[in-house]
Order: sequence, then C-alpha cells, then structure tokens
Amino acid sequence: MKFGIVVFPGSWSHQDFSRVIVEVLKEEACYLWHKETDLKGVNCVILPGGFAHGDYLRAGAIARLSPVMRAVAAFADAGGLVLGSCNGFQILTESGLLPGALLPNDCLHYRCRWVHLRAENRHTPFTSAMQPGQVVRMPISHGDGRYYIDQGGWSRLVEGNQIIFRYCDAQGELTEKTNPNGSLDNIAGVCNERRNVLGLMPHPERAAESILGSADGCLMFASILDAFVHA
Amino acid sequence: MMTAKIYVTLKSGVLDAQGDTVRSALETLGFGGVADIRIGKFMVLTLQGLTKEQATAQVEEMCRRLLANPVIEDYRFEIDGSVG
Repeated sequence: MKFGIVVFPGSWSHQDFSRVIVEVLKEEACYLWHKETDLKGVNCVILPGGFAHGDYLRAGAIARLSPVMRAVAAFADAGGLVLGSCNGFQILTESGLLPGALLPNDCLHYRCRWVHLRAENRHTPFTSAMQPGQVVRMPISHGDGRYYIDQGGWSRLVEGNQIIFRYCDAQGELTEKTNPNGSLDNIAGVCNERRNVLGLMPHPERAAESILGSADGCLMFASILDAFVHA
Repeated sequence: MMTAKIYVTLKSGVLDAQGDTVRSALETLGFGGVADIRIGKFMVLTLQGLTKEQATAQVEEMCRRLLANPVIEDYRFEIDGSVG
C-alpha cells in the first residue's frame, strides 16, 4: 500500500509518519509537496501535524488553499482515504472536508501530553482493528485543539456516528478532567458522512512503537491496511 | 485609494477563552462591570482600482471565503468609514 504524506511549509510530523509507514508497517510512503497537483497514485493521503503556513490567520486557513488540497478534495470525493492528524485535522475542517472547527485550547496553553481516547465507532476504515469502546493511548501536542460545532452540526455527528474518538480516562470514562482542551462533548476526532475522511487532534504516528510509550496508533494503521486489502 | 477595516470576533455562543481570562484580570483590577469580552482580529486593507460598490462586494466575499470562518466567527467591516 502506498501512502502519500502531504508536506506544507511548516509541517513537522511528516517524517514521523514516514518512519512508521516504512519502518514499522513495511509499506511504501512518499511525500507530496503542497504545490503538487498530482497525488502520485497513492492509496491513502495523510495530512500531518505542524504549523502549515505558520498557522497565520487561523490554523489550516492558508493551507487549504495550497494546490495539493484541490487534488486531495477530488481524491476524497472519489472515496479515497484521507487521514488528518493535529494540524491535518485543522486543515480538513478549514477545507470543509470535515465539519466543525478547532479553536484555541480553553486553558490557553499549548498542551503536550499523553491522553486516553475512547474509540466510539469501529465501523470506519481507520478504526476497524479496534474493539467497540476500546481505550487507546496517544499523545497530543497542540495549542488549537478545542473542537467546536453548532448544536445542529453536533446532532448530525451523533446521529451519523461520526464522532470517532472522545477524550476519556484510562477506564474509558468521559469527564471534564479528561478533556485536555475544552472540546465540545470531549470530541478528539470525527469523520465525514461517507467515513473515508478522518481527522483527530492526537498523534497516532507518535504512538506506533511500544518503546515510545504506546503502540496503540498501530491499530489505526492496521485498520487502513485492512481497508485497502479488502477494497 | 480606499481603506477597509475588518473586525472578526468569535460568535456569541462560542467560548472566548482569552476574553474570559482578560475579563477576570480586569475584575482583579477592580473593574467588576464587564460582563463579557470578545477578543478578535482587526485587519486594515488598502484597496485600489475599485469603486465603493465593488470594494464592498469584494470585502464581503473575502470575509466569507477566507478572513473569517463562518463556523466560529462573525465579521463586520467599514469602508472609508462607512459600515458595510
């Protein structure tokens, strides 16, 4: 399987993704510079974390206008798998490929720490290797991670089972204390209606080797590989 | 040349964490009468080669498509001192 990792000026997680794909999964990875208009035949597009275009104006607001994003939107429109982590999630919401928006953390601090996430829906190409309600551990590292969507939008997410990850404690309980950034309804990740585009603030690529503290991120990559094999 | 002054703030239903923090700081200073603060962005655009009608239409579209995110933000603008 060939993964394409988009690199914007200011991306910083692209090498972490590449390492996991090539060294851990033993799959193929290529970088897609943000000025590219061709996705080089990849089977999955990754939008990595970072501060694309300096996060000027709003996180993701300028990145969504990069030439590559038109190709990514067409790829998603054709059913291609698109995964956005951290800044990638912000870019996906700014692009309108995912609903909602990411605001500055309610604590006003940059938060860099391990969090627990509850997998809320395993019927997606990104979470099929997880058990229903499974608690996974991944790091977050962001200043603008407070997920927001209006009441109507939130209802549609709930009805469509599009809330994929919620911040929880080690037992899977959702409390205000386990919410690191003030996200609405403890939301850490959502997908589109069609389930082929997923965005989350945590970093699965930094939790893909147990020596780094957790290999739970591999469950996401295993799900993607499985979706590809069975496509 | 015309000037467009654009104000972008978080919608009233959206928590403005920075505004809240500044509000309690003002309270610490004894200013207890502040119910809410919205801290936003202020942009000044210098425009050229446009009629006022064109400028108004274009700035409106700029706000809608890029300068503000309609999911979380409200905007308003003035061109040459008039409210658009």
